[in-house]
Amino acid sequence: MPDAPNYSWPPMEKRRVLGKSTKRVDGPIKAAGRAKYSSDFTQKDLLHGALLTSPHAHARVTSIDTSGAEKLPGVTAVRVIASPGTELMWAGQEVASVAAETEEIARDATRRIKVQYEVLPHLVREDDLKKAGVRAKAAGEQVKGDPDKAFQEADAVVEGHYGIPVITHCCLESHGNVVEWKGDKLNLYPSTQNASGIGGDLSQNLKVPASNVHTNMQYIGGGFGSKFAADLWGVEAARLSKASNGRPVKLFLDRATELMMAGNRPSAYANIKVAAKKDGTITAWQSESWSTGGIGGGGSPPIPYVFDVPNQRKNHTAVSTNCGGVRAWRAPNHQQACYLTNTAFDDLAAKLNMDPLEFYDKNLGLTPRAEVYRAQMRKGAELIDWQKLWHLRGQSGSGTVKRGLGLAMSTWGGGGHNSQCRTTIHPDGTVEVELCSQDLGTGTRTVITMVAAETLGLPLGAITLRIGDSSLPPSGASGGSTTVGGVSSSTRKSTVNALAKLFDAVAPTMGSSADQLEAVDGRIQVKGDSSKSLTWKAACQKLGVNKISEMGENNQRNPGGLNSSGVGGVQLADVSVDTETGLVKIIKAVAVQDVGLVINPKTSESQIHGGCIMGICAALMEERIMDQQTGRMLNPDMEFYKIAGIGDIGEIIVHLDITPEHDKRGVVGLGEPAAIALLTAIANATANAIGVRVPEIPLTPDRVLAALERRNA
Amino acid sequence: MQPFEYANPTTLQEALGMLGNRWGETYVLAGGTDLISLMKEYIETPKRLVNIKGIKELGGIQSTKTGLRIGSTVTVEELLDHAEVRKSFPALTEAARGISSPQIRNMGTVGGDLCQRPRCWYFRQGFGLLAMKDGKSLVPDGENRYHAILGNGGPAYFVSASSFGPALVALGAKIRLASASGHREVAASKFFVTPQNENAREIALLPNEILTEIIVPHEGTKNATYEVRQKQALDWPLAAASVALKMKGSTVSSARIVLAHVAPTPWEATEAGKALDGKAVTPESAEEAAKAALADAKPLSGNGYKVQLARVAVKRALLEAVRARG
Repeated sequence: MPDAPNYSWPPMEKRRVLGKSTKRVDGPIKAAGRAKYSSDFTQKDLLHGALLTSPHAHARVTSIDTSGAEKLPGVTAVRVIASPGTELMWAGQEVASVAAETEEIARDATRRIKVQYEVLPHLVREDDLKKAGVRAKAAGEQVKGDPDKAFQEADAVVEGHYGIPVITHCCLESHGNVVEWKGDKLNLYPSTQNASGIGGDLSQNLKVPASNVHTNMQYIGGGFGSKFAADLWGVEAARLSKASNGRPVKLFLDRATELMMAGNRPSAYANIKVAAKKDGTITAWQSESWSTGGIGGGGSPPIPYVFDVPNQRKNHTAVSTNCGGVRAWRAPNHQQACYLTNTAFDDLAAKLNMDPLEFYDKNLGLTPRAEVYRAQMRKGAELIDWQKLWHLRGQSGSGTVKRGLGLAMSTWGGGGHNSQCRTTIHPDGTVEVELCSQDLGTGTRTVITMVAAETLGLPLGAITLRIGDSSLPPSGASGGSTTVGGVSSSTRKSTVNALAKLFDAVAPTMGSSADQLEAVDGRIQVKGDSSKSLTWKAACQKLGVNKISEMGENNQRNPGGLNSSGVGGVQLADVSVDTETGLVKIIKAVAVQDVGLVINPKTSESQIHGGCIMGICAALMEERIMDQQTGRMLNPDMEFYKIAGIGDIGEIIVHLDITPEHDKRGVVGLGEPAAIALLTAIANATANAIGVRVPEIPLTPDRVLAALERRNA
Repeated sequence: MQPFEYANPTTLQEALGMLGNRWGETYVLAGGTDLISLMKEYIETPKRLVNIKGIKELGGIQSTKTGLRIGSTVTVEELLDHAEVRKSFPALTEAARGISSPQIRNMGTVGGDLCQRPRCWYFRQGFGLLAMKDGKSLVPDGENRYHAILGNGGPAYFVSASSFGPALVALGAKIRLASASGHREVAASKFFVTPQNENAREIALLPNEILTEIIVPHEGTKNATYEVRQKQALDWPLAAASVALKMKGSTVSSARIVLAHVAPTPWEATEAGKALDGKAVTPESAEEAAKAALADAKPLSGNGYKVQLARVAVKRALLEAVRARG
């Protein structure tokens, strides 16, 4: 029996490609506009689909007449989704679909469908729990330790209200796909985080074998957790295609429909009481929290977050609202938990007149990774100049513009999803690496190529990578920050296996044995003796007519030391607040992240930048605004659904916690942890600046001015 | 978007001949930054569009005896880059700078800015200009954080979205309108009107007219615009103010203070202007004027904060006016 191959990552000091900041391999094609996203798909016989959605937040369809749409020239198919009797649960829910020769005709046709509704009572707001009535379902009280005694014996107690609203994913590329029937088979061109799995989901809905669906997606304009399934638009596009003689149907949601229909992050509101000893030791937590994730309720944030407070009493209520449903949103439940916990703790530190750094340091024993957080807080404090700039809450001088600092902490899992990879070495020296993963814009293409190049001793340009096609070996969905762990591990194994075969083939001709060979700098050579070497090309020629094709697999449950999960992070903010206008501006944001083995520092930092920018949007401007009178979302657009532009971001400093100790853990995903803490750090920095808590985010001028008014009253 | 006819005339007379007497049938197209989105949302469903960007005489900025003439199809970017505008009318330059999307600055026109429809989200969702449902406006009991705090006795609660309107009112500008039967000239302050019913419009332009040019008199004022806006990137001001001050030495001989994004029209605060007569502009006198400008504000359930923002805008615009050229 030959020894099991050694798949482990090369030692830090021996890596030639891994750990070096590398530009994305798909940067030029994206920058030049030549990268084809599924929403760019076009061909001669392409049809366009459109949806008719409910204008009412709660209604029953009493009649539907599609004849007007059917008669419109250019319409090829009209389908009723909500037949008479169907109860519609939110404004934006699908009623009918149309396929037509142009997008304009399809949209015009939806307006010619006559629907009569029986309008039913609705609830679309959950911020005031008292108005939720029977829509509110409490989970029941959970008690740990003896909270009553702990509150009684505490030296300091603070009580506060805190809230974080529903926000949407607002992907730059909206949700949708192109679907066409070819006989009893389908071609699917989706915008998805799940290139391997989405075809199976579609096939189940259409009741055809999974093998009949061929999926291809090369580029995606953002998903953030909202693009895993075939979804209504996949199934409808397929049905419209079938009803149109198999012609391909392109069905992408317009922005308004996307913001109402395609998922959101649940809200979280809470009345919280926390207690501490004089020295800052946290002793008790009490919370009455509530949230909505649409008609199904949903969203129960894990509070208190990160810190295992010894005495707790908590109860969470899910509110069912007539709004579009929740989907995973980059670190599901964590932003909410982080916000509710770290704002209350920050208020407690302020009451004790303690520096939050000292306060948190005091309580790190309540966390699962005290030393990691301690080192991160030290680093973060240094990068944001905490010692010089921090002041007691509200002590920011007498000017109109106040400045403040704040911080918050996060945790996340990660790990590596199941992934299979095939590496093929051809006799002419070309190398193909193939797996049906997807690059969400995070740099997945680049890291796979880097891993292959590292193993094979080749430059990045020598690797041909193919992803995003369901005929390739499968990889998991990109969710939970599991992609980089999964694909790097399967690629490592597959390339190690392929290289071992090449060594077997060339060792005899080199007068050596396979275990004595190494691949370095485009050559195969005897270890430690570069005089006995072949160029990569010459080595591959020895294969004759045979190519090498080897698989490698990452098993989520048994990563073999190549990847792992569980990280902590600290994010800090330095903000200014104009107390006359209530405008909060970001001066600087700092993110210190524990990351395991970093394959590409450049794309890792870029991921964290993206997470921070989402945090800034959520802290300052982003919210879904629902109108109880009409039951509608009032800002389903890019005008009042506010997202930061470059001028609103300030300076972002990212520190990757690269240490031999973290490196030993293998690859850990960081998409999600990067997007958790900053919004809370900004809220805390704002309280530090103006001397009062703004209870609910986003920190818009109306909320900030109202808080200042309360402070002055 | 409903199909429509498209006409591309090269002379004003030709264009005017294509217009009709009723709203909703034929629309004038310039930059299209507002009209096209209204059409995509089916808020407007015209049968015909008349593109006026090919009409040479509607472009250009020239100095004339009566004042600076700005053609209606001058783009926001052209106005922003114009040296004389920058020197004599910083109130306009600052307003142009506030239109913070380069795409809109390059496509959008000065005339289009004056004729654009309100951004009220009930209007944009198809509830009509006055957002009436079951005989009652949705705004007072609804989500009104961006709505009017002045001139909001009803039935209109939206705010005028024009960026240049308030500055032009402050500068005493005239707006020239042409129809097939001739020309007329309207003071900028009379161009904006508060509609009293759903079929009325928020500007004095008639459906058979084209806004041809704007004349800004050379009055030698110190002028400025200050916007309170949340985002640096594309966003609408939460409140803004344009001011134009005639000075006698270091004191104000007459002041025009116009509030923006707080009322269905640009809102001239006449009393606040008078309060500055004979005074130097100082932080204290500016603060007094700002208070006076908002004395009549009646906020709705969710927009009380705009009173404070508008005050700040007035104060800072006044201080900016005397600082900028002072």
